Amino acid sequence: MSAIMIPAGLAVAKPMPDVLPPVNARRGFIGYLRRYPTIAIGGGLLVVMLFVAVFAPFLWTKDPTSLAPALRTREPGAEFWFGSDMLGRDVYSRVLYGARVSLLVGFSVAFFASAIGLAIGLFAGFIRLADSIVMRVMDGMMSIPPILLAIALMALTRGSVQNVILAITIAEIPRVTRLVRGVVLSLREQPYVDAAVASGTGTVMIMWRHILPNTLAPLTVQATYICAAAMITEAILSFIGAGTPPIIPSWGNIMAEGRALWQVKPYIVFFPAVFLSITVLAVNLLGDGLRDSIDPRLAKKL
Amino acid sequence: MNPILQVSDLKKHFPVKGGLFGTTVGQVYAVDGVSFEINRGETLSLVGESGCGKSTVGKAVLRLFPLTAGQVVLDGKRIDDMSAGELRPLRRKIQVVFQDPFSSLNPRMKVRDILAEPITNFGIATAKDDIDRRVGELMDKVRLPRDAVNRWPHEFSGGQRQRICIARALAADPDVIVCDEAVSALDVSVKAQIVNLLQDLQAELGLAMLFISHDLAIVEHMTHRVAVMYLGKIVEVADKRDLFGAPRHPYTEALLSAVPVMEPGAQFQRIILKGDVPSPIRPPPGCRFHTRCPYAFERCRKEEPKLVATGSNHLAACHLHDLPEAENPLLKTTGATAFRAAQLGAA
Repeated sequence: MSAIMIPAGLAVAKPMPDVLPPVNARRGFIGYLRRYPTIAIGGGLLVVMLFVAVFAPFLWTKDPTSLAPALRTREPGAEFWFGSDMLGRDVYSRVLYGARVSLLVGFSVAFFASAIGLAIGLFAGFIRLADSIVMRVMDGMMSIPPILLAIALMALTRGSVQNVILAITIAEIPRVTRLVRGVVLSLREQPYVDAAVASGTGTVMIMWRHILPNTLAPLTVQATYICAAAMITEAILSFIGAGTPPIIPSWGNIMAEGRALWQVKPYIVFFPAVFLSITVLAVNLLGDGLRDSIDPRLAKKL
Repeated sequence: MNPILQVSDLKKHFPVKGGLFGTTVGQVYAVDGVSFEINRGETLSLVGESGCGKSTVGKAVLRLFPLTAGQVVLDGKRIDDMSAGELRPLRRKIQVVFQDPFSSLNPRMKVRDILAEPITNFGIATAKDDIDRRVGELMDKVRLPRDAVNRWPHEFSGGQRQRICIARALAADPDVIVCDEAVSALDVSVKAQIVNLLQDLQAELGLAMLFISHDLAIVEHMTHRVAVMYLGKIVEVADKRDLFGAPRHPYTEALLSAVPVMEPGAQFQRIILKGDVPSPIRPPPGCRFHTRCPYAFERCRKEEPKLVATGSNHLAACHLHDLPEAENPLLKTTGATAFRAAQLGAA
């Protein structure tokens, strides 16, 4: 660099201070969590719940089904952390084991409803004739509130966790199908799909290579909302006695059993309700964070 | 020599759905009887304002949708009525570069996979090493560094992305490339680079090009022949010099008068068209341009003019050419066209 000649009498501005803050934005996983705190909070809470569900037997629990009528309706304390119910069962143990049912139902429904909805949505989005038929069926299903549909389906079968998953999955499929079909229809108009057609790519490969990967982002976000909705639906089904059989402790069952006593012994309802709320909140926060990180514009679509 | 691409009386009408049961209530006459041909190594530009059907013609010759009527002959074979399976190997001969470099690349595929797709589809290479070598050569052709093949599309700028799109079009080793507004979305300096790249590649590979554009300055720079479209029809086709120097259709004349002239102090009369383009759902009877034509007379409202020769290699669809020469306003040279003719003559 050569020195610049400054004519006499010309005022020269002082060099600018370094106004830009030092770059210390972190990259990688930690940086990602810092940028999307809702993912960190929601994901963290969900990991804790998963830990609790998986390791329930090792977390100072008792047999959640063992009866002790002599010790019934004890207040929360040293012996019964969350108290005991009207049959003397430990509410703490029951709530922890109940997390297994809720999370299993939530994740299973999210997975199966997404997978089946994705398949149907791709099919409907690609085949015009199928589209009008499939989507009218889905509209019909969507006109029934998912909880009523799940109750009706449960009325046809025996109460078991598998049947609960199946019933809620069927009730949630139309929403996924509608989303996937919409995304497929808009992706089909993308120039890169036209370019792929011109490059001699067949229909199946177009779907597999160009359409499917681009539906996964919005579908993942939708799956988290389905997961949260499924956990609530499961609790409602158990609460009204149309879901998980009473012998299996689930949050809905515990609340249903504590309902009769809730004015005098509110803790029986309180603890499972708090766990359910926290879990649903965690999943929803995770979904919001994922949505923001994947595509801020999705906020309008979902 | 046979033209590489021959289009005759191409029609593409889109149904307008409406009513309670989605019945067809009308047609959009997007392209309504278009004929042209392109020779090997030649550039034909298709110009016209938005919505006149330029892009629909481009997509139709690529057979991205079924045609309503007409013939498309690609390298001696009719492709307009072929089944998708029959057509697929022939797609190798005609490739496309789209306008928007951001939506023409799949965001979930790396550059290498994008370029490898046509190579494997057409069986140009099968072994991984051969594919990689060809992908490398393509990157050289479009002047991009070879090590960029392992990147994602979002890591490139608009101009670089358009180079990748061109590389993808070249991957199939085509005879014709359809450039659908290929440089319209780029800023001026990048536009110049891409135009020069296209010209270099054309000289190098002997490509024919269908260059769809509304930018007359670019068209003037890079084309051999020009076809002017208005409301789904070609109104004039001519060699570049004839069309820019001596337009034989009032619409072309008006279009050209809107192009700024690069001459300090030069002032030429501009022809300002009145009104809007009529709807392609209900095109006007007779000549489609009569509603806005400054010279329209009674016959124009009733009878549709045919595209006829008005000079060597010069076709125009206008009734004015049936008038005696002295009364034909199109034959009077205006200041702007004379200036442009002189410039083109000098070039």
